[in-house]
This record gives sequence, C-alpha cells and structure tokens, in this order.
Amino acid sequence: MIRIENLVKTFGAKRAVDGVSFSVERGEVLGFLGPNGAGKSTTMRMVTGFIPPTEGTVRVGGHDIVESPLEVKRLIGYLPEAAPSYPDMTVEGFLSFAADMRGLAGDAKKRALGRVVERCFLASVIHQSIETLSKGYRHRTCLAQALIHDPAVLVLDEPTDGLDPNQKHEVRNLIRELGAAKAIVFSTHILEEVDAACTRAIIIDRGKIVANGTPAELRAMSELAGAVTLHAAGADLEAMARGLAALDGVARVETVDGMLRAYPHDKSAGGGLARAVVELAARESWRLDALRTEEGQLDEVFRRITLPDTVKERAR
Amino acid sequence: MSAWHLVSTVARRELASYFASPVAYVFLVIFLLLTGFFTFTAGAFFERGEASLASFFLWHPWLYLVLVPAVGMRLWSEERRAGTLELLFTLPIAPWQAILGKFLASWLFLAIALGLTFPVVLTVNVLGEPDNGQIFAGYVGSLLMAGAYLAVTCMTSAMTRNQVVSFILSVVILLFLTLAGFTPVTDLLVRWASPAVVDTIAAFSVMTHFDGFQRGVVDSRDLLFFVSVIGFALFATGVILRNHRAG
Repeated sequence: MIRIENLVKTFGAKRAVDGVSFSVERGEVLGFLGPNGAGKSTTMRMVTGFIPPTEGTVRVGGHDIVESPLEVKRLIGYLPEAAPSYPDMTVEGFLSFAADMRGLAGDAKKRALGRVVERCFLASVIHQSIETLSKGYRHRTCLAQALIHDPAVLVLDEPTDGLDPNQKHEVRNLIRELGAAKAIVFSTHILEEVDAACTRAIIIDRGKIVANGTPAELRAMSELAGAVTLHAAGADLEAMARGLAALDGVARVETVDGMLRAYPHDKSAGGGLARAVVELAARESWRLDALRTEEGQLDEVFRRITLPDTVKERAR
Repeated sequence: MSAWHLVSTVARRELASYFASPVAYVFLVIFLLLTGFFTFTAGAFFERGEASLASFFLWHPWLYLVLVPAVGMRLWSEERRAGTLELLFTLPIAPWQAILGKFLASWLFLAIALGLTFPVVLTVNVLGEPDNGQIFAGYVGSLLMAGAYLAVTCMTSAMTRNQVVSFILSVVILLFLTLAGFTPVTDLLVRWASPAVVDTIAAFSVMTHFDGFQRGVVDSRDLLFFVSVIGFALFATGVILRNHRAG
C-alpha cells in the first residue's frame, strides 16, 4: 500500500530525512522508532502530503503524492503529532466536519460517526466543546477523525503520547485490531509498543534507517540475546563462574544482581548453551532455582544504534 | 465529490466558529455603534439636509481599515498556531478550495455586519426621498471594498502564526491602499510629482475606486479593481502557505 523510495527532506543545510526507503502492505503494522528529532514526523508529513519531499517518491495505493495528492489523501487517515483539532467545536461537530470533508453523507455518515465514537470511547463527551476536554479525550477525538472514513492506510504520529496507561493499552489494542485489514504506520519512542502492536519495526536515526525487522529480529541484535542467566541457592559464585567460563561456546561470564550470566560466542546457537549449562549444573550438583535464556532487550538495541558516537565512546 | 461541496464545508465551519465565540457579537455591536456615530454625529447626517447616505459611506474605508483586519487576522495564523493547518492540508481538499472557503466565510460575516446597518436606509427613506439605486451601489461598493481588505488580511494572516503581527501587517498595507487615493494626500503629492505619477499611485487606492460607487456609478473598471485585488491577495495567500509547508 505504501511504497517509499529514497525519501529526502532538507531544511536549509540540515538533512532531516536522508534517503529513507520502506514499504508497508495491508495487514502490516509498522512501528517507526527513533529518538526525538530523528526525522519520524517529517517522514510522516511527507507520506501524508503535508510537506513536499525534496527528493524521492512516495506512492500510496499506486498514486504518487506529488502528482495526485488528493487520491493519496483520500486513502489515508492521519493523526498528526500534537493531535490538533478546532477547540471551539464540539466533538460531534468536529467529527461531522471530518466526515463532510471525506464525502460521507446521510446514513453512511451517521454510521461512521457512531463507529468511531464507540471505537475511541467518546460517547460521554460528544456534545462537549473540544477546549473543555482533557488531553486524552482531545487526542482520541483527533484519532477518531483519522478513522472516520475507514481508511485503507493509517498514519499515526505518536498515537499514545499523553495518554494514561489504560488509554495507552486501549489504543495499542485498537491499532493491532485495525492492523489486520489496513496498512498502518505509527511512530513512537515507547519501546514496549513495538511488542504490543507492531508486526515490523524500523529504527531511524538522524534521518537514516538504522534497523528494520520484526520485533524478535531487532531484539536478537541485542548483546544480551542468547545469554543464559542462572541462579543457584547457596552456591559459590566464583567457582560457578569459573565452571561456566570453561564451557565450550561461552564467551564471557558476568555477575548481575547475584545472578550469573553467560554470553555465547555465537548468538544463533539457540538453546544449545542452556542445555550445556544444565548438564554442567547436574555434574557439579548446583542447586539451580532459576535459569533462563535471554531474548534480548529492545531498549538496549535502540540505545546502542541511536546514541551519538561520542556518547557511545564514553559508555564503553 | 464536487469542489464546491468542499469549499462550502470549510466555509460553514469557519462561519460557525465566528459565532461560537462572543467576539463575533462584540464585533457586530462595535461596528454598528461606530457606523452610527460616524454617520449621525461626525458625518452630520441631519445638518446636511439632503436625502442621501453620503455621510454613511464616507467613513467605510476608515472603519474597514481597522475592523476588517480584526475579523480576518485569525484566518490562517490561528490554523498555523493550533496545528490544524496540518489537519486541513492532509484532508482531500485542494489548497485553493480551503483558501476560498475560509475567505468566503469571513466575507459573509462582514456582509452580515453590513446588512445589519439597514436601519440607516429605513431612516433616510422615512425622512426624505433618496435615490435608492445610489444607496444600493454604495452597498455593493462597500462590500467589494471589505472583500479586498479581507483578502489582504488573509494574505498577512498566512505569513505568521501570531494574530497580532498579522493584524498590524494588514493595517499597514491597507493604510497605504487607502491613503494613496485620499484627496489630502494626493494634493500633497502633486507638489512633488507630476500629475501622471500621482494618478498612477492613486489608481492603486481603494478610495479612488470606491468613489464611483458612492455616487451611484458602477463602473466595470472599479469592479475589476476590487476583483483583481481579491484574486491577487488570495493567490498570494496560496503561494505563502505553499512556501511555508515546503519549509
């Protein structure tokens, strides 16, 4: 549905987006990650046709954003970053305006309004003017606007920003649910959301894509991935560490909060290391009470690939 | 979906937003009070002893100089400030439709304000036998002038996210458009410049073109002047908004 090739946006001398390419198909939920100022919003603004690209192409549903912007805009539902809306309008008036702009009328409009009001939990504030609403409600009002025409493509810029934990949970569920039949791109800097809602994630830093894969693939890039962490009651940690380090395939051993962690030479070894550790424990009669293979942590991956080089040096 | 449907959707939303706040009513009251004061007191309506609305229309360029920017200053600056510009321009609407829709809504609001001055027409008809054709022409000219002022305000409003800056910019531009044809100013200019130059400058002024309407003459050149000011200013609004988005 969305096909982006070599997208570039320059503001003066700064390349805010620098050669970004990706595509999203129906049924996919793409998480767009990156530190603040990495170019997430700029990319989304180009996809939705708010700002023109300096170079590169954006095609949505086969239409080019520069050549036929209206066709593209009809296909997209868009939630801008700050979830703007007209404060002097009521929720109902605002959604009705959005429906009119999308060409909905009569019964179709009534049904669309009912559907988004239910989906976004707005029934209790429908007649209130938007300026009197709390941030969470205002946010969901703007989200409802993006869903009003049941678009094939959804572009959501930080859809859970400013929501409380319950609302975040609801919005993530909504995104996952909608993702079954739509192509969705959403940006976030909350890493749990990648697991909670995405089928695929892209990490962008200083305008460039630095990682692209399923959440599991991204996690596997973590140093931690494949490491075995264990704890044994009343054991001599140093002796255990020596024993682990002597094992085949163990690169190094660390002590973390009274637990031992063995890192493998080869991350792709899978459960091999865990089995070797269990056998060793049996031989040495360690009384294991915890043992797990680490999946890797997204935030570690995120930090490692998006930290500026100077900070990375210092961290070492 | 037809282009007109989109224009009118935007216009209806904009017009409703005027009346959603008390500002619209405050504006209407101030406008009517000021027209009343200028017509009857400063314009010496009764002392003139003639059945015409000359003392009414005389003040319109000066009233509009301040009041029209007050009506139009928020048109685009508020969209920019609140971020709704991003919402509007990612909806399936061509920029010219949005610009025209918002302009028409404000113009209609000014037309309502102008329409509410009808008691002055009734008064002059009760007191004497005025030339109602001339009065009608005066209203048409006044509405066109308000449209031209409003289009200029639209343009300055697109330049900034700050309503006050937009207001000041438009007053400065409109002051030039008004003064360039104001008789005391042209009389002054004639001392330094040749009459041809002074006439050329005066031709840019709304004063020069509003004159005919006040006398009951609807000249196609005057019509063309106001329509082209509106057209040019709205086109410039489009260019400014496009440049703003391009960054």
